[in-house]
Amino acid sequence: MIFNVDFMAWRKPALVVSSILILISVTSLVFKELNYGLDFTGGTLVELSYPESADLNSIRSTLKTAGYSGAQVANFGSNQEVLIKLPGSLSDTLGAEIITLLKSSAAGTEIDLRRIEYVGPQIGDELRDDGGLAMILALAFMMLYIAFRFQSMFAGAAVTALVHDVIVVLGIFSFFELDFDLTVLAALLAVIGYSLNDTIVVSDRIRENLRSETDDSDSTTELINKSLNQTLGRTLITSLTTLLVLFSLYLMGGELIKNFALALIFGVIVGTYSSIYIASNALIMMGLTKDHLKVEDSENPDPYDLP
Amino acid sequence: MKRYGTWKYLLIISILCIGIIYALPNLYAPDPAVQVSYNSSSQSPDSKLTERIETILADGDSETTIETTDDYVLIRTDSSDDQLKVKSALSNNLGGDVIVALNLAPTTPQWLSNLGAEPMKLGLDLRGGVHFLMEVDTAAAIKNRQNGTLQDIKRRLREEKIRYSGAFVEEDLSISVRFQSEAVFSEANDFIEDNYPQFLGSPDSKEPLTISLVLAELEIDQIKSDAIDQNLTTLRNRVNELGVSEPIVQRQGKTRIVVQLPGIQDTAEAKKILGKTATLEFHLEAQLDTPRTRKTNYPFKGQQGPGAELQDAVILGGDQVATAQASFDENGLPQVNITLDGQGGGRMHRATRGSIGKRLGVLFVEQKTRTKYQIDDSGKQVPVLETYEIKEIISLATIRAALGTTFRITGLDSPSESSELALLLRAGALAAPMRFVEERTVGPSLGADNIDAGILSMELGMALVLLFILIYYRVFGIAASLALSFNIVLLIAVMSILSATLTLPGIAGIVLTVGMAVDANVLIFSRIREELARGRKPLDAIDAGYDRAFLTIWDANFTTLIVAVVLYSLGTGAIKGFSITLMIGIITSMFTAIMGTRAFINLVYGSKKDLSRLSI
Repeated sequence: MIFNVDFMAWRKPALVVSSILILISVTSLVFKELNYGLDFTGGTLVELSYPESADLNSIRSTLKTAGYSGAQVANFGSNQEVLIKLPGSLSDTLGAEIITLLKSSAAGTEIDLRRIEYVGPQIGDELRDDGGLAMILALAFMMLYIAFRFQSMFAGAAVTALVHDVIVVLGIFSFFELDFDLTVLAALLAVIGYSLNDTIVVSDRIRENLRSETDDSDSTTELINKSLNQTLGRTLITSLTTLLVLFSLYLMGGELIKNFALALIFGVIVGTYSSIYIASNALIMMGLTKDHLKVEDSENPDPYDLP
Repeated sequence: MKRYGTWKYLLIISILCIGIIYALPNLYAPDPAVQVSYNSSSQSPDSKLTERIETILADGDSETTIETTDDYVLIRTDSSDDQLKVKSALSNNLGGDVIVALNLAPTTPQWLSNLGAEPMKLGLDLRGGVHFLMEVDTAAAIKNRQNGTLQDIKRRLREEKIRYSGAFVEEDLSISVRFQSEAVFSEANDFIEDNYPQFLGSPDSKEPLTISLVLAELEIDQIKSDAIDQNLTTLRNRVNELGVSEPIVQRQGKTRIVVQLPGIQDTAEAKKILGKTATLEFHLEAQLDTPRTRKTNYPFKGQQGPGAELQDAVILGGDQVATAQASFDENGLPQVNITLDGQGGGRMHRATRGSIGKRLGVLFVEQKTRTKYQIDDSGKQVPVLETYEIKEIISLATIRAALGTTFRITGLDSPSESSELALLLRAGALAAPMRFVEERTVGPSLGADNIDAGILSMELGMALVLLFILIYYRVFGIAASLALSFNIVLLIAVMSILSATLTLPGIAGIVLTVGMAVDANVLIFSRIREELARGRKPLDAIDAGYDRAFLTIWDANFTTLIVAVVLYSLGTGAIKGFSITLMIGIITSMFTAIMGTRAFINLVYGSKKDLSRLSI
């Protein structure tokens, strides 16, 4: 596949699109916030399986009569599975109490316990803090590594792209009110890793072309355009194979993995876009030229002369 | 084209063989089994136990095979129905000296086990079970210790006839002792400095004439760590009773304990049992003239044979033991130092001053539960939990002098005996209270569904990716497909060798690796196509493609590895499981995607010197 797409002609419209996306995401994050799952809010969750389709209303009224007024009852995956959530509850025995109550109120039906989760309020806060810390640390280490392997401008560009990806995926989760739990956080960090892969591959090619003697590009913009076209085939194929496995995870992996797969699907799409437009755009805006790589050049004449 | 050395082929083939051998045990489905072990961990299973089991099982109709390991007797069955039948038969008939637990016994063939190959462990989300996280209230442990010390200081000041006007434990857990005059204050100050070296000894409190005793940082850490060790020991004892195979009781962080119980669903009961603590009772030994109605014979813990008779009157209970520590006496012989709280010290003093030369016994009292199976109204077998109490003597020592708040037990045979005794004494003391801060229970049906869903999504993902690269890259696609399959084998082998635990997010990590591992090959193959388009000869293009793509692959994978390491070090549970497969997957995929495919491509094209086109 040889491409010749003038990506950089779309550089300004892309900037506008990204700005709008970021604006919507941030607005949504500020006003709607994230729909934090149990891992972060603390509370109790019970998942039960009924032999036939479960009567949610009767479950709700049973719980209400017994005094569990804050309980959220919903189907989970199929209409036989019921998910009961009590966010922010302080007692670690609620789950067992609810099961006993529902079993006794529906005498004769075999209710199968699928899972109980209880997360204390303190743990929820800690998980949130650790998650945020992990994200910042991952970004910081990335920056250091790229600054060391490439050049500080590439580090800045890569991190700009990563922050863009994280904010947009978070924005999507906030806007569509999808549950944000620990697995989604893990997915978000994987997105950082994935999007960085893309950005590095492109940056690598930009660097190679900048250093190349035979390069005949007139401007940095043209050179970046050329590099993007050279790596486009790879970018698309890798995104495609990754999306293939992610869709199979989304469809077959079960309810617990659904949001994880979804976050990664959004992340891969946004990440692919950002490595083309955001990272390269940032390089152009920071004014990258051949001179920025010259000094390194003389110390390390041919980086490809490695095993 | 570069020649690919024979040693490289040998390396790849041997790694592939090792990978297959260590991944292989995962293909053998485990047997539903029942394990039986003696209650006391020091007693290994013997032929007597096996005979008892054989006699009981002879009456049933289940097909079983019996094996003996170092720790337990393992009874394999053919189905989970048989497994339950065997378990109920054994727990009803074997008696209270053994623990009967359900187990999933690996069926790894002997020749594989001999090589150390074992299947991966399955996480609780895949096999079902309970995960608890408990927070130990270490501040309470320090307060408890300070209260004991306070009582001791008060008593000794009184004995020394040093008058204090007030003494209490402050909010910040320091001890304040107040005096009325400068003279008494300095006298007391000297006395406390001599006798309580564990304190920072800072008489210059904000208030005049007040000694403020602040525990040294090291001492505080020691108390906290003792409290957690003590709770760990107690929890381990409790967990053993639950009859769980492969339970995990582990410290996590500074103040937390993780308990994982595979196969348990009744969390309420599990919590009840974990919440209990053993207690101690101090009794005087019964004398010849003690009336029969006022004495009882108790066995020695961990020993068979005759016990000893103790008076029924309890001197004091375990809640009055502040600390117990193993150490050595002046002659280097093992001993246990015991500190009681103030009230306990007084009682001990009154009870022992008139009994010098007699013996003092310490009883270890445990609440135990066992499962019995009964037939309910509908004719089904239902488990019924039954609670009973066991009292055993852990120490019987001669009283040499009237005992007070602090005393010691000597005459122990070995340092291991003294540390075990100290542990038992502490187990009855008020361990720092704990509370449940996290609980995750997965039912067996969800666990089985998770495995099915995980495997299905892995198969589908793999099939789609293989199909795509075969169509897109043809011969090179075959190389990439082989590398990808090889990568999965290696990944599973490495996880098995490291005995890593496979979880649902872990499976997701493997699936994601499948998608991303192709990237390295895509990079190489795109590069080769590019070089071909530039007019290079096919074999040169292959060389150039591999060489030029290497650095890019390295950079891209290394940064992902950084993310995985950050995830692993900060994450808990779900995130750890995901990051570990991601980490291993990145490393194995670099090997298979670069070296593996190169070896294959060289085999196919290497000998054709005048090749005109590549199937890529």
